[in-house]
Amino acid sequence: MPEMNTSSLPDLIFTILFFFMMVTTMREVTLKVKFTIPSGTELEKLEKKSVVSFIYVGPPTDNLRAQMGSSTRIQLNDRYAEPREVMDFVAAERKGMTNQAEQVISIKADQGTQMGYITDIKEVLRKSWALRINYSASRRN
Amino acid sequence: MAKKKKKMPGLNTSSTADISFMLLIFFLVTTSMDTDMGLARRLPKPPEPDQEDATMDIKARNILYVRLNAAGQLWIQDEMNFGYADIRELRPRVKEFVKNEQNLSRLPEKHVKNIDLLGQCFVTDKHVVSVQTDRGTPYNIYFQVQNELVAAYNELRNELSKQKFGREYQYLKDEEKLAIRQYYPQNISEAEPKKYGGDK
Repeated sequence: MPEMNTSSLPDLIFTILFFFMMVTTMREVTLKVKFTIPSGTELEKLEKKSVVSFIYVGPPTDNLRAQMGSSTRIQLNDRYAEPREVMDFVAAERKGMTNQAEQVISIKADQGTQMGYITDIKEVLRKSWALRINYSASRRN
Repeated sequence: MAKKKKKMPGLNTSSTADISFMLLIFFLVTTSMDTDMGLARRLPKPPEPDQEDATMDIKARNILYVRLNAAGQLWIQDEMNFGYADIRELRPRVKEFVKNEQNLSRLPEKHVKNIDLLGQCFVTDKHVVSVQTDRGTPYNIYFQVQNELVAAYNELRNELSKQKFGREYQYLKDEEKLAIRQYYPQNISEAEPKKYGGDK
């Protein structure tokens, strides 16, 4: 029996690969805080991923709890940060964007977070002129 | 020296498929397709250093206070009624407040406003929903309140757009959306507005 010609198989796979590279996004950071985002009904999709930066708020993950305790932490990029560092974070994120006016900050915060932390972050965001924010949530019916 | 061959043997490319499969699997694992969703809000501009507080003076009838204490209890207050309330009461209260259908004196005052596509309208564009939280309020409660406020506005806008344009708000054209937004502007404040008129 003549062998099947498989020379186009790599091209095929590469095409699938490129498709996936386009429609998916890199997983942003390794999470150091754990959170359950609230659920809501009036949600909007975050359309343009390129203008979105994430701020994570919640207690440290289980494996970090021994060192970091269990009080609420703010995570920017790959490390814990203080609320005032949000300003530098916003500026750094903005620098890499082409349409800076559309910058969106998405806050992924745990349901049990005390509002004090969120208020502090929001105050700093206001001062940094990052006025479009998004409270990350999951859809509920 | 070997004799020059007529034909080069082809490179064995049978493993290229395996390599690209591995790349594919790598990308499948490290990327995520999930679309992030959330409640979009817009923060107010940072205060100017020489900003007068006078701009924040609002008549008592134009403010609906929504307060959340450290225990997560909800307090709703307009000019006449106040008291602790369940979160399910929030949406109808906000709708009633923003709409002021019967032009009651305890609800926000109405103005004549010229809106493109809608013509002369009688709107409560001076109303403010003031959300005040305690530092200890759980985030989830705050989020649910924000969700209800946005839901109230969305329902009002939907009702109006169905009535005026025969379609839901999300299906409207941009200029029609703008008109609806001018009719029901979202005035949710998280600063503390001062009040004048009424008791101090």
